[in-house]
Amino acid sequence: MTDMIRTSGLVKHYGKVVALDGLDLSVPKGTVLGLLGPNGAGKTTAVRILTTLLDADEGSAEVAGLDVQAEPHKVRERIGLSGQTAAVDEHLTGFENLDMVGRLYHLGRQRSRARARELLDRFDLEEAANRPAKTYSGGMRRRLDLAAALVAEPEVLFLDEPTTGLDPRSRAQMWETIQELARGGSTVLLTTQYMEEADRLADDIVVIDHGRKIAEGNPDKLKAQIGGERVEIVVETQDEIPAAHSLLVDFCGGEEEIQVDRQTRRLTAAVTGGVAVLKIVLQRLGEREIKAVDIGLRRPTLDDVFLSLTGHAAEEVAEGDGQAEGTESERGDVREKEAVG
Amino acid sequence: MSMALAFSDTAVVTKRNLIKIKRVPEILIWTTMSPIMFVLLFAYVFGGSIEIPNYREYLIAGVFAQTVIFGSTFTGAGLADDMTKGIIDRFRSLPMSRTAVLAGRTASDIVYNSISILVMSLAGLVVGWRIHTGPIEAIGGFLLLLLFAYAVSWIMAFFGMKVSSLEVFQNASFMFIMPVTFVANTFVTPQALPGPLQTFAEWNPLSAVAQAVREAFGNLPERVATPDVWSLQNPVWYSLIWVGIILAIFIPLSVRQYKKAATR
Repeated sequence: MTDMIRTSGLVKHYGKVVALDGLDLSVPKGTVLGLLGPNGAGKTTAVRILTTLLDADEGSAEVAGLDVQAEPHKVRERIGLSGQTAAVDEHLTGFENLDMVGRLYHLGRQRSRARARELLDRFDLEEAANRPAKTYSGGMRRRLDLAAALVAEPEVLFLDEPTTGLDPRSRAQMWETIQELARGGSTVLLTTQYMEEADRLADDIVVIDHGRKIAEGNPDKLKAQIGGERVEIVVETQDEIPAAHSLLVDFCGGEEEIQVDRQTRRLTAAVTGGVAVLKIVLQRLGEREIKAVDIGLRRPTLDDVFLSLTGHAAEEVAEGDGQAEGTESERGDVREKEAVG
Repeated sequence: MSMALAFSDTAVVTKRNLIKIKRVPEILIWTTMSPIMFVLLFAYVFGGSIEIPNYREYLIAGVFAQTVIFGSTFTGAGLADDMTKGIIDRFRSLPMSRTAVLAGRTASDIVYNSISILVMSLAGLVVGWRIHTGPIEAIGGFLLLLLFAYAVSWIMAFFGMKVSSLEVFQNASFMFIMPVTFVANTFVTPQALPGPLQTFAEWNPLSAVAQAVREAFGNLPERVATPDVWSLQNPVWYSLIWVGIILAIFIPLSVRQYKKAATR
């Protein structure tokens, strides 16, 4: 299978801040890659380089077999970009926005119009087609923005945090749309801060932190690596924490896999076995007379991923505070990481 | 990128900007209100104490010149706004001409300025302004105004992308516009200004534009001598030289800024 996106050793600095620190990616044709990481991890920078908006300092990047730095214009003809902010002109109607983008892709008047109508229809915006986009809800704007990225039926689609800031219903709608695109055979690079989103939409996931890849694989593999679901217990008093802690040790890989937050009296442990484990935990809590105020099973979040991969929580890197904190790890030796903080 | 495609891209972007004038006519209404207010203010409030014969006729060309400079800030403001909203990113990711966004912006300023000149002319006629020359001279005067404003649009384009926030741009452009439009012969004669300001006003290109427009409309009072400096003795040439210099510097600068513009 040919790679539609390939980068090797991509480096980008903003002054002293290292945004990308040698990133390698490859996305085979027709697959969806989820680029997962916290704010400031370098996701957007990677997208900006691949979409010709930014030049890399070092390394190479290819999209659809074309070098982005050498042939940016040809790359632009083959890609669609939907950025973090819905880049629609709020004074134009939905139709005018898409028609304009079609004209700028040089589809010609007839095809631009036809394509605009087609996409408005497909994205459930036909009723709002002739209203200025400023009257649209956040979800509608995002859909319009995604539609704009699809106007020229691009070979490669870049979606930079397509659901950030959306309410749950709009997010679910957006997920369906992206899944449809994936089924249609599009090659997609999607960035996200949500493990759940990457899990649902991506064929492969690359986790990045401080501009470096810290793990990769398909969602199942990655989940196995970071240890499946979490059991969470909130005990009634702080005195009960040690008892609950020793109870949980039996169900996970060891003490280091349990996080304790004394303030909220919350214990979290990575477990395998799902509901069955939860049942046993409940039973033991009863036997040992530990009073739990809350107990539950949940999927790993980005924070869990980062805790198990790097030993530190997913932190937001502020601008100008981009020291790479010794995350040398490739996925094999992640467990040996020294804990930071 | 062929010229034809660059041209059609520019037309598409221009159309986009003009739709905004149509959708938000308030912008046009309020920004043409302010020159009308200037006309009334200077004609009826300050005019009495300014010793220029036929002051209302003298005044109008000054207000014209000032207004088209204000109008040219639309390019910068629009670009600053587009930067923050990610619209420039979208344009830059499209296989379109690298100059079309800027050319489209500056071109829509011409349309915008033409409309406000029309409105101001009507206001001028009401307070007693008249054109005393032929239609060719008059059209020449209007064209010079638009041409000079067009050049200034490119300065604004550059700074609009440089500051990348609408608020910063508006404040910064105000600091540029105020001295340029007031330390000039727009509302008073340069002779009335103290030493250094007088020299600034005499060589201020906007003074030359206003002077040229007054000549074109026959609005120069006979008893007011034109200062004996080359810039005001040859106002058309001096204005055109400035237009050339500004375009030669700021078109390439702006295009370069656009190419590397990054909202991060």
